[in-house]
Amino acid sequence: MLTNNVVLTAARFVLLVLAQALIFNNLGFLGYINPMIYVLFVYWYPISKNRSLFLILCFALGFMVDLFSDSLALHSASILTVAFLRPLLMRFCFGANFEFQGFTYKNTTLIQRVSYLTLLVFIHHTLFYTLEIFSFSHFLLILKKIISVGFVSLFICLLISSLFASQQD
Amino acid sequence: MQRILNYILGNRNTILYLFLLLISLALTFNARSYHQSKAFNSSKWVTGTTYEVSNSISSYFNLGEVNKNLVEENKRLRKQLFNIQQLPENKLDTNNLSFELKTAKVVKNSFSSPRNYITINKGKKQGLAQDMGVITHIGILGIVENVSTNFATVQSVLNTNSRINAKIKNTNYFGSLEWDGRNYKEVQLIDIPRSVPLVVGDTIVTGGMSSIFPENIPIGVIKKYSLNQSQSLFTITVGLFNDMANLNTAYIISKKDRQEQLDLENQTINANQ
Repeated sequence: MLTNNVVLTAARFVLLVLAQALIFNNLGFLGYINPMIYVLFVYWYPISKNRSLFLILCFALGFMVDLFSDSLALHSASILTVAFLRPLLMRFCFGANFEFQGFTYKNTTLIQRVSYLTLLVFIHHTLFYTLEIFSFSHFLLILKKIISVGFVSLFICLLISSLFASQQD
Repeated sequence: MQRILNYILGNRNTILYLFLLLISLALTFNARSYHQSKAFNSSKWVTGTTYEVSNSISSYFNLGEVNKNLVEENKRLRKQLFNIQQLPENKLDTNNLSFELKTAKVVKNSFSSPRNYITINKGKKQGLAQDMGVITHIGILGIVENVSTNFATVQSVLNTNSRINAKIKNTNYFGSLEWDGRNYKEVQLIDIPRSVPLVVGDTIVTGGMSSIFPENIPIGVIKKYSLNQSQSLFTITVGLFNDMANLNTAYIISKKDRQEQLDLENQTINANQ
């Protein structure tokens, strides 16, 4: 069961990086909408006691995406922050009971899951575009990108997460 | 001491988070000033090879279009050739050529972020070096920024750090070509004096001031222009000839005596100080 989890996480890591670099970075919908779907890694990662490993893995994931998109450490910084905030967001969305061992998405309602994913995606996108553009004079541009790309990312993340929802979860 | 240790162990995740965040922010802001990082970019082996493999599959889908572009370009060049009255043979002597051309394939392209980079499948091994000019068959593309053994990253004209010397065709009014990060079909030409008569639709080409591009490589046409805040200089919006969202092949230009020119310029600057 443990090795199974490790393999699953490793496969998700590689596939998410490749999907992001080769498919979603080239989408260019309406000229600028390239959804960022690797946030799903945070959504899928099992709840474990070892948070340090989780933070390091998320940083590595962001860094790989950065390498592929020549954006230095923008992706790393934003996904790292989302990963760090995860316990807070989960408590906010699922109540206090998520900290027990038996937590699975199966015991949660659809609205809880969607609101959790929405928070993950929008916090990530807000950080990413603020850091990427980093200028007050482009405030409207930042806002436009966060909202439009955020909604497309959220939509695709929901599709992928329901497509690959495993039976055990 | 015990308490400090306990505190650190108790908050190790927060400390780890802050440490990693610091690393990423330092990397980001270091590169923002002028160049992307030498160590972390997509010209490296892993990323370059991945893009090459993916490109080798996807490039089959636009072979038809590439072919059409090649015929168009051949037609244009032949027309030029036939209209030269007398072949200037001494000019075509390879010893006298001041520019050399290499070809490459674009394996990765981006146009939606404020700092866009293109990856091409030629590198140090094929003689590429930093600060060589990159163009396509219809217009300018960017400047080589980092090279690895087999790949190179190109700072696209769609990069807010990019500054390219450009002028209005058939005149000698020079300006600097920049990008404001908004529209991938348009770039901005700044520092053109107010006295210059401008017409919408005029062609913008590279200027001879740079040591990177030869003169008169097409860039785009004037779409609109306005005076800047000081009311003395024009800011011109230039519609690019290249479709930056759809790139296939690229030419890399290297100037033979570039080093000599740079050395001389540096000497002059140093002598004046």
